[in-house]
Amino acid sequence: MSLGAAFAVQRGSLHLEVDLAVEPGRVLVLLGPNGAGKSTVLRVLAGLLAPDSGRVALGDLVLDEPAAGQHVRPYDRPVGMVFQDYLLFPHLSTVDNIAFGLRSRRVPRAQARDCALGWLDRVGLIEYAKAKPSNLSGGQSQRVALARALIGSPELLLLDEPLAALDARTKLEVRADLRRHLAEYAGATIVVSHDPIDAMALADEVAVIEHGRVVQSGPPAEVARRPRTDYVARLIGLSLLSGTGEGTQVRLDSGVSVAVAEAAHGSVYVAIRPEAVAIYPTQPHGSPRNVWPARVASATPYGSAVRCDLVGPVPLTADLTATAFAELGLAPGSEVWATVKAHEVEVYAR
Amino acid sequence: MNLTVRQLLAVVAALFLALTACGGGKDVPAADSTGEESSAAAPSENTLSGPLTVFAGASLTDVFTELAELFTADHPDVEVTFNFGPSSGLATQINQGAPADVFASANTSQMDVVTQDGSAAGEPTVFTENVLQIAVPAGNPANIADLADFANPDLTLAICAPRVPCGAAAETVFAAAGITPSVDSLEEDVRAALTKVELGEVDATLVYVTDVIAAGDSVEGIDFPETEEAVNAYPIVTLAAAPNPDAAQAWVEFILSDVGAAALETAGFRSP
Amino acid sequence: MSDPDLLERGLRPTSATGSRWRRRTPKVVSSQRTGAKIPLALLIPAIVGIAFLVLPMVGLLIRAPWSELLVRLAEPEVGQALRLSVFTATLATLASMVLGIPIAWVLARSAIRGRSILRALVTVPLVLPPVVGGVALFLVLGRRGIIGAWLYDTFGFSLPFTTTAVVIAETFVAMPFLVISVEGALRAADARFEDAAATLGANGWSTFRRVTLPLVAPGIAAGAVLCWARALGEFGATITFAGNFPGTTQTMPLAVYLALQNDPEAAIVLSLVLLVVSLATLTLLRERWLTRAR
Repeated sequence: MSLGAAFAVQRGSLHLEVDLAVEPGRVLVLLGPNGAGKSTVLRVLAGLLAPDSGRVALGDLVLDEPAAGQHVRPYDRPVGMVFQDYLLFPHLSTVDNIAFGLRSRRVPRAQARDCALGWLDRVGLIEYAKAKPSNLSGGQSQRVALARALIGSPELLLLDEPLAALDARTKLEVRADLRRHLAEYAGATIVVSHDPIDAMALADEVAVIEHGRVVQSGPPAEVARRPRTDYVARLIGLSLLSGTGEGTQVRLDSGVSVAVAEAAHGSVYVAIRPEAVAIYPTQPHGSPRNVWPARVASATPYGSAVRCDLVGPVPLTADLTATAFAELGLAPGSEVWATVKAHEVEVYAR
Repeated sequence: MNLTVRQLLAVVAALFLALTACGGGKDVPAADSTGEESSAAAPSENTLSGPLTVFAGASLTDVFTELAELFTADHPDVEVTFNFGPSSGLATQINQGAPADVFASANTSQMDVVTQDGSAAGEPTVFTENVLQIAVPAGNPANIADLADFANPDLTLAICAPRVPCGAAAETVFAAAGITPSVDSLEEDVRAALTKVELGEVDATLVYVTDVIAAGDSVEGIDFPETEEAVNAYPIVTLAAAPNPDAAQAWVEFILSDVGAAALETAGFRSP
Repeated sequence: MSDPDLLERGLRPTSATGSRWRRRTPKVVSSQRTGAKIPLALLIPAIVGIAFLVLPMVGLLIRAPWSELLVRLAEPEVGQALRLSVFTATLATLASMVLGIPIAWVLARSAIRGRSILRALVTVPLVLPPVVGGVALFLVLGRRGIIGAWLYDTFGFSLPFTTTAVVIAETFVAMPFLVISVEGALRAADARFEDAAATLGANGWSTFRRVTLPLVAPGIAAGAVLCWARALGEFGATITFAGNFPGTTQTMPLAVYLALQNDPEAAIVLSLVLLVVSLATLTLLRERWLTRAR
């Protein structure tokens, strides 16, 4: 069932007013700085916080409609949530944590346990069934929390900063894992994050929240290409390309090779930040190993910079200073050369 | 510094030894800085002065406080202070060296504790007597008539615990009357027993006549003949370590005078 | 690895929660620390404090008539008072848990008005002289009390001077210790676990039973220990409201107090017995909890 949520709520000095829609099987990533109201959105959708006005509905099921006096309690909502820090119950074993939701719905103990063991197997932690959460790593905890939220087959899955609690190395692994699980999940998903890479890797749609408002939304590539606020531009703008790692070379799906600093193997993403892209009017000579011809498809000024959308063998987004943009005499349609240093290219598992 | 528990305990033990070494001496001679002064002031009554500390049984609280006003009218330079409490506690305090001038005990046994310890200055004198009375709530709701009612298991009854003086006296009168009391509570002292009567939570208790009078209108007293078997004598004595022996002597004489006797009689005590 | 690179350029807003997993590690390390340095400014008052607490007990041990100890212990009254004390203190602790944990929950979690006044009221028995507490219990539960009179007239049943009255008096005096401990534990516990339980379909009662209670179990245990110890030593309210009668209402503290009237040595023996039993019980329970917690 699709989620439709248009509501307003006042939390201290923050006035939150959003209008969100997510179709089943789709993932919406709510991106924004701390204090923008992202987590508050999730609390409202989970039923932990009642909105002041508006309407929240899952298909035909109205969860919140203050004007009609409607508020479905959190424990009566078909909603699963993965909290920041995961909040696994410290006194329960891993399997009992996962079975918790079923036990709440009066599923017999043995049956709930069997089902929970099945989920533990699915997330690859069957040997940790009897472990206490304190003995799990961050990545393992995240997988348990995900299984715990999904076991009740919710219509809506909410993830609050699912990767923020992890160190950088674990994050790559867990992100790929999470992507796989979300792809299998049939319901609507909302992920809250402040990390643009999460958005690029997980999102079908991105909504950027600033000061309690959605300032921009759309497919991640679109938002990256056409930032509407300075924050969005600085936040997102990554060119995200998929390919196959072959050591210090990544062969993109389009056939082009990208040189990278760290060896990579198998299915990977390559991410290039817009300020890492340098533009030359003619083919440059010298050190850069990544040199590609490109055409300026569009140019959007923001702040003192101009964001250029480049098409060619490697689609890129580049940020130039307004002065440089003028000196190069660029305009949509200009033919240029784009270069990126190998160590400025990010590679991570798909 | 790194300290183990063992070291910590050693320090505590050392401290303890030091403290006991200082505090253990009972044979330390009593300080007599005031002795000279007071013996010099001995001859005339009118020259009595300084603080006078009287330790007295709790039942004497009201009457002694009243008498102290009359006493200081005659001896304006004397400042009387009291320590009222259970006679057993007072006796212990006196033997432990409390700076008291006079001890008025609510029974002879606790006076014996003091005299046997050598803490009394002379022979104690019995200055008054007190006897037991049945105390019932105002209106006597359970219609208590005499001591025999204490054998009725249907009534809620309290008497003092045998270990405290009023309880020992109660045991004596019951033995004399040939009654086995059926009580619900053995009270810690007269006050506790009377509180329960005042609240109407017990139907009757046994306390002294003076206690019944002091309790006022909320409690009624009923006399019974066997009470003569447990007459409680109150002895008084000046103390050997009295800081103010002359004033102490004057106080004892004052209590034994007609003025003292009259005040005691008003409070429900009787002459020995 | 590119994340540090991004961080450096300020592209990725850093989150306060971002490093929580990593922050846990030092905690574990610190708990394994041995032989911590004790500053002198703490050590000296600590030693004086320990001496202050321990010396009176040492005094009892020194003055105890050891030769008479076994004879005294064999006296039926001693065993009777001891059994009654342990029995009533345990019942009072259970009653305090049944009534006190919900009070603590209301104080820590609910948003009702006048919570601070409620807290002050609940802790009144802590400052009230216990004898006054006993009189107050009479005024409510005595046979002429507000509720007691009705009980007495309707059922012919009177609470004072019964073993039940001992439990009531002990509960009255000891329950605030439990309430305060449990409220503290509830406040310290992360309430977001309760949110998590709610999103997993657990209603208020289910969340309390399956999540909140286990989370604050150590606080409840600590509170129960305090409560039991206080109940075991209760004197004033008990002797006032329940009276003193061997076998039904005479607990150890009452026996000790009365023995003190004319037999101080017996009082010391009784005190030691109470001391040994309570210390043994508490040490044993502590051992249990600690081993279970690990």
